[in-house]
Amino acid sequence: MGKFKDIIKKQESRKARNDVIFIASLLLVVLVLACVLFFSAEEGNTVRVTVDGRLFGEYSLLENTTVEIVNGDGYNLLIIEDGKAYVDTASCPDGICSSHRPVSRNGESIICLPNKVVIEIHTVTNSGPDIAV
Amino acid sequence: MKKHLGIKKVAFLGLCTALALLLAYVESLIPPVFAAVPGIKMGLPNIVILYVLYSLDVRYAATVSLVRLCISSMLFGNAMAFAYSLAGAVLSLAVMWALKKTNLLSGTGVSVAGGVCHNIGQVLVAMVLLDTPQIAYYMLVLSVTGIIAGVFVGVCGGILVKRVPVGKMFKF
Repeated sequence: MGKFKDIIKKQESRKARNDVIFIASLLLVVLVLACVLFFSAEEGNTVRVTVDGRLFGEYSLLENTTVEIVNGDGYNLLIIEDGKAYVDTASCPDGICSSHRPVSRNGESIICLPNKVVIEIHTVTNSGPDIAV
Repeated sequence: MKKHLGIKKVAFLGLCTALALLLAYVESLIPPVFAAVPGIKMGLPNIVILYVLYSLDVRYAATVSLVRLCISSMLFGNAMAFAYSLAGAVLSLAVMWALKKTNLLSGTGVSVAGGVCHNIGQVLVAMVLLDTPQIAYYMLVLSVTGIIAGVFVGVCGGILVKRVPVGKMFKF
């Protein structure tokens, strides 16, 4: 009986050790991914706004503008200022988008789930006639 | 082994579902810790799911989880919230069940994997529904909070399994 208990105890401690290894490796993966994403991101130059999956409009990040995104009852006030884009006021109840920090790096986004609004930073390389610098 | 569900088992599972539902309500009262990223939750109802998974079987855990989700979305949520929760719950339970079978991790480790998978499921659904792969960036924050929530749920569930040994209490 004592031997049986010993085996169980050994198994428990092995599992506890595996737990620590598992959690540590998960955290490591997240950390590495975060570093890769953070250092690979560069400043974008275009703000793309989509509402409910459809393109709402594209705006240059280099010019200061104010865009009113209206979709039914929902509205979000997007402000582009000094190369950064942020949502100033919004009709959504949670206010997640308006409390989001300003975005400027390529791939960064502000997402408003209640209004289905997605604001994304992109880098458009060929500056066509629509983006006059 | 009886083929049908015994009355005691039905009653016990009903009790578990009610407890999970109540914990979901309690959780909805807690203000969000970090408002910038939606989806951060402690996952209190998962304590019950973990408990049922460990003291009974995956079938019962799945039943309790599904019934709990349906009722709580009808009471406090909407269709979107149901889709997010369902994807998270199914993925996390499947992974927890598989990891429990390997017998490599303790309840806490299994719960951590469940917590992270819950968030992965939610993010995947959000990516499909909103048609925006960029939502995957949220996964970085969500996986860290998922790990923390998983440890909490795992420790609580472990205590529950030890202190409320259902197999000894009732003869199912």
